[in-house]
Amino acid sequence: MDIRPKVLVTKIGLDGHDRGSRIVAAHLRDAGMEVIYTPPWQEIAAVVKLALEEDVDVIGVSSLATDHLIVPKLMAALRAAGLQDIAVIVGGIVPDEDEQALLDAGVARVFHPGTPLDEISAFVAQAAARVRAARFPA
Amino acid sequence: MNKPLPDPVPASTEEAQVRWAAEYAAQIGTDTPVHNRSGIPIRPLYTPLDVDPARFDADVGFPGQPPYTRGIYATMHRGRTWTQRQLIGLGTPSAYNERLRDILDQGATAVSLIPCNSVFRGYDMDEVDAELLGTCGVVVDSADHMATCLDGVDLATTSCAMNDPSPFTLLAFMLAAAQRRGVDRRAISGTSNQSDYLSHFVANHMFFRLALPGARRVLVDHIAWCNEHLPRWNPLSVVGQHMQQAGATPAEAMAFTLASALQYADDCVAAGMSPDAFLPRFTFFFDISISLFEEVAKFRAGRRIWARVTRERYGARDPRSWRFKFHGQTSGVDLTRQQPLNNIARVTVQAIAGIFGGLQSLHTDAYDEALSCPTQFGARIAVATQNILREEAHLTDVIDPLGGSYYVETLTDDMEAKILAIMAEVEAAGGMYRAVESGLVQRRIGDSAMRHQARIDAGDQTIVGVNAYRVDEDAGARPALAKPDPAVMRAHLHDFARWKACRPAGTVAKALSNLARSAQGDGGNVFGEVVAAAEAGCTHGEICATLRRELGFGHPLVVV
Repeated sequence: MDIRPKVLVTKIGLDGHDRGSRIVAAHLRDAGMEVIYTPPWQEIAAVVKLALEEDVDVIGVSSLATDHLIVPKLMAALRAAGLQDIAVIVGGIVPDEDEQALLDAGVARVFHPGTPLDEISAFVAQAAARVRAARFPA
Repeated sequence: MNKPLPDPVPASTEEAQVRWAAEYAAQIGTDTPVHNRSGIPIRPLYTPLDVDPARFDADVGFPGQPPYTRGIYATMHRGRTWTQRQLIGLGTPSAYNERLRDILDQGATAVSLIPCNSVFRGYDMDEVDAELLGTCGVVVDSADHMATCLDGVDLATTSCAMNDPSPFTLLAFMLAAAQRRGVDRRAISGTSNQSDYLSHFVANHMFFRLALPGARRVLVDHIAWCNEHLPRWNPLSVVGQHMQQAGATPAEAMAFTLASALQYADDCVAAGMSPDAFLPRFTFFFDISISLFEEVAKFRAGRRIWARVTRERYGARDPRSWRFKFHGQTSGVDLTRQQPLNNIARVTVQAIAGIFGGLQSLHTDAYDEALSCPTQFGARIAVATQNILREEAHLTDVIDPLGGSYYVETLTDDMEAKILAIMAEVEAAGGMYRAVESGLVQRRIGDSAMRHQARIDAGDQTIVGVNAYRVDEDAGARPALAKPDPAVMRAHLHDFARWKACRPAGTVAKALSNLARSAQGDGGNVFGEVVAAAEAGCTHGEICATLRRELGFGHPLVVV
């Protein structure tokens, strides 16, 4: 088994600003993780399918223009597919008053603009380790 | 008698320069090299020895005279200040109309319209997740919606910028609304702001795109149709803003934008249009970063290159063809979520750079853009910033006030050389269309974005509140953000469904089939059929779906 964390970096919804998702994806790859990157505008069903087929540990959703509002739908779809153990993180522009709703829906963490890349990769590595530990108890 | 003091005037500039250089070196110790964002080395001092006075007439000259380094009009901002054009887009058409009137009352002098992302993606509101409707743009899918958006706005006298990617349905809806009001379409003025499809493939994937060959054809048809029917409309805005926001350096953004403009001009010439018929209606749209002098030099260099290339490459004779008209928007990427009120200072510096750079119209970002779509409170400060710079700080009193600065003139030359080198690279790759198709441009911009982020992460580039001068903040102190009322949006959806069902089905179907035939190449003008379809009551989603079927969808050419 590949011990590297496996991360899906994607954008759901309508917006296509992808500077952030590309930078984060490249950084995670440089940090030694296996990264699956999708173009923007993914359907929620497509993200779930990809996560299942690729057996990812973490899904990173980038949202710059309100697409975070449908992340709760993604969380529900992951649960319905039995993938509730995947850690989902959201990065981008998320207004303060919306953050709690995402956490309540099961999002592991919301990263706001200005977060150092190392902080993101450290969190992803820990989250992936927790997911692996739960899946394959020693 | 005291001994006379030694004469303070040196024997020569060269001698003084040598003396200064020695003192500088002795006092500074190890001098850290400084580069601007475009990678140009910046020296600590510029002097008359850096500029060649013999080149003044050819390279600098006077405003309103080629090569327009100092500005494209003789009077510049002293004659007519820039247009205050704030981007707005919000909720339903009636909510948009309310905000538009407020902004016009505050001093804005022109209209802009940002549609909902559903519109940008080529869909009607009933084809997308309802949660997303109107959250960062106005939901406008028909001529009726547009008529509501622009209610009370005099279309014969107000310049309207439409954020309107191919196939330009928003312009078509506006023309239909004008026709109903009895406004002569020849009086309509403004700009098709998102007509630069190449930039949408390169840098900003928020727009609906036809596949490259289809997008290319629809744009040429759009330019030809507007040239014939809308004498006061600018059908093309070439957009460097997307590329710089996506990570291109200022020099790269200017180079890729000019290379795109050359591609579009080549395509118009190939379609049989005369350069002096379309070049006067080419406009440009740029990002203005906080790197003040670099931005001023970028704009001065861009004007100079455009004035030369339009004559040398196309033989343009009309001075209007040589003039590099541009809209500037302050850079959102430079803004921070941390200590957001600091963004007012950032936007002020960016706006000054644009004004000194000689822009024709300006959008200042609201300070809260890094938090969400701007609040009304934030939008008012952004407009006030422009009013203060113009009328309190008197930035419009003197034309090209940085012209003649040893630094700015040298930097203008350096930026020009850098821009020309990148343009030559694109030319060698077969022009901008090919360079985008092959991913060359995307790769270069991606690399620059990574380099900029690495400089921030390493602390080489200070961002106040992010990697330096951090303070503990009380998140609760931020103003509440405006959100569209779900009940109002549901009513808008409901009205839309009812209206669609009541349309004469035959008229709509016939207009869409005419549009499909023009796309198949029956000799008709595709954009002319879009205008006819809008008048016939077709929706945005129907028009886009028809062209998507005939010409193919423009999937992202993403390089990671």
